[in-house]
Amino acid sequence: MSQIKSFEDLRKIKEDFGKRIQFREKSFDPSKVVQIKVGFGTSGIASGAKEVMTFLRDELEKRNIEAVVTQTGDMGYSYAEPTIEVKLPGQEPIVFGKVNVRKADEIIERYIKNGELIDGIIPVNYHTI
Amino acid sequence: MAKYRMHLLVCGGTTCRSSESESIRNALEESLERNGLENEVKVVSTGCFGFCDKGPIVKVIPGNTFYIHVKPEDAEEIVKEHVLNGRRVERLLYLEPEKELLATGSKEIGFQKKQIRIALRNCGFIDPENIDEYIARDGYVALCRCLTEYTPQQVIEMIKKSGLRGRGGGGFPTGLKWEITAKVKSDQKYVICNADEGDPGAFMDRSILEGDPHSVIEAMAINGYCTGASKGLVYIRAEYPMAIKRLRIAINQAKEYGLLGKNIFNSGFDFDIELRYGAGAFVCGEETALIHSMEGKRGEPTFKPPFPSEHGFLGKPSNVNNVETYANIPVIINKGPEWFASIGTEKSKGTKVFALAGKINNVGLIEVPMGTTLRDVIFKIGGGIRGGKGFKAVQTGGPSGGCLTTRHLDTPIDYDNLLAAGSMMGSGGMIVMDEDDCMVSIAKFYLGFTVDESCGKCSPCRIGNKRLYEILDKITKGEGTTEDLAKLKNLSEVIKDTSLCGLGQTSPNPVLSTLDNFWDEYVEHVIDKKCRASSCKGLMKYVIDPEACTGCTACARACPVNAISGERKGPHTINQEICIKCGTCMEKCKFNAVLLQ
Repeated sequence: MSQIKSFEDLRKIKEDFGKRIQFREKSFDPSKVVQIKVGFGTSGIASGAKEVMTFLRDELEKRNIEAVVTQTGDMGYSYAEPTIEVKLPGQEPIVFGKVNVRKADEIIERYIKNGELIDGIIPVNYHTI
Repeated sequence: MAKYRMHLLVCGGTTCRSSESESIRNALEESLERNGLENEVKVVSTGCFGFCDKGPIVKVIPGNTFYIHVKPEDAEEIVKEHVLNGRRVERLLYLEPEKELLATGSKEIGFQKKQIRIALRNCGFIDPENIDEYIARDGYVALCRCLTEYTPQQVIEMIKKSGLRGRGGGGFPTGLKWEITAKVKSDQKYVICNADEGDPGAFMDRSILEGDPHSVIEAMAINGYCTGASKGLVYIRAEYPMAIKRLRIAINQAKEYGLLGKNIFNSGFDFDIELRYGAGAFVCGEETALIHSMEGKRGEPTFKPPFPSEHGFLGKPSNVNNVETYANIPVIINKGPEWFASIGTEKSKGTKVFALAGKINNVGLIEVPMGTTLRDVIFKIGGGIRGGKGFKAVQTGGPSGGCLTTRHLDTPIDYDNLLAAGSMMGSGGMIVMDEDDCMVSIAKFYLGFTVDESCGKCSPCRIGNKRLYEILDKITKGEGTTEDLAKLKNLSEVIKDTSLCGLGQTSPNPVLSTLDNFWDEYVEHVIDKKCRASSCKGLMKYVIDPEACTGCTACARACPVNAISGERKGPHTINQEICIKCGTCMEKCKFNAVLLQ
């Protein structure tokens, strides 16, 4: 890893991000794959986020869906853990709450494969900067 | 499987559910079926939109049309007009109060701006173990700009101008603190991050460290540049293993990129960060106790002044700030102090993160602009009280804070208003209580916590709080007298005035604020020997209703102290002298014959 010494270096990382890091193992185009973030804070993990993440990774591969599953911090919805955010190519991300393995399976089969919304969506109720 | 061209989202939050969202869902589905649309349009239940007073809510995708106060009989109109003809049902659209305009998209609706995430901007958004994701969200740009464009004094001026105040609870102006530390001359200074989050029910700092550790690292480096410190220390409790792990990874990644270490951004500025673990003592959140704990001494506070800014870690000037305070810094530099100062109230700028807990529907982490009312937080964002029960009080500021009641619901939340109402901002725990909570027991709970956590150094806190606890215990057992009430008040004032550190000075707050706001309840406990919430065991008794009792003997066999007697197939009675009020009889009775009085 080279050292960052200027604003330009920071900008370069920002621009390269996506191609270089998440997708370095497979040459995916980030605009064409499904991106899933699993809320991996203490409360998420305590309610079973690890199991869901493993399930998603294994099953998406088995079912031949090009997807990237990453961890993220606490989304703030402690009442609905584990939470995951699914972003289909070209669409707004959608957050699902109370995702167990069964729900994850439903999300893959119905939302990811068919674009069909299912129960358990958490509407975004905040602005970020 | 059918491909749907349209989705109707029905709010399935608990509050909306109680206001008929279930029947709206059914009505929509039936109407779709009648019109032969069931394979084209799908109805979906969602979580809470945070807009419960306007519920039930139906949102149509695509188009993001937002309908409020929807009734089951409106379903047909929505389906016929909107779904079939593509015309919005105007009478159900949300009318924005200020603009008097029809807001069509949910993004335009004012309520959605109730939450602004500044400190939490990256939480739940980026992978905290990947520095590149942070940089992709303009991470380390603020540090770069500070080191290459501004002098330390200019940065301090920006922080001062932003109006940022310490988010650990005290609310001391952050810029001023930095300036004081910067002015002290010393060969070595320290930047300290207080991550010793100790309030029961609070988890804001943990979530920031777990979700966005780099924002804290970046801000600490900026602080180091401003104050002239080359070393940063994070004091974090060992009970936060995930936060520690993520912080370690983040520090290592920053070092690999040269964002920590020698000659950062070729500016000649060196900065490094180390972790120090705390054993989870509440008093170590107090800055002098925290510093002693880091030095390997007992975690006991010392008298201020001298403040840590002059005489801190190892006797050197040290700037102590809380996690959330740091998380705000990079944004202030990037977006400008004027932007930050435009959010919030006159004396409290920016936003505050709260951990909503207790008897509330949407337990979780929220971030609202200063000046938001408690009503908005509890009933809109929080989705109201669990089980549709009545709101009684909200506790802010943890064991140092107080209880606020219905008459404070419309108070805008900021440092000064909360203090004036007899509570405090604290680090941001917010515990909501409903009508089943006994306020005397709540005060006792917090006092119990303080008694456990008092370091024992000064007598008002060590002995006084213990006595307060004993009096409260006496009252909840039904043995309280009117003199006890006067004693409670008097002793609380003394402890407040004479304790050495913040812990003791604020520990009677839960007692004082409940005495103030729930005087009736104390009087009931003492004079009428009654607990209206039925939570003080000493004031209740279990009795058997002779009409309902079938004499099955299930209760008598289960009673651990053999307090129940009676003939088989005849009514039983409980001997109150022997009864220990464990409640087992009530659990065992299949005929609801055991009553609590």
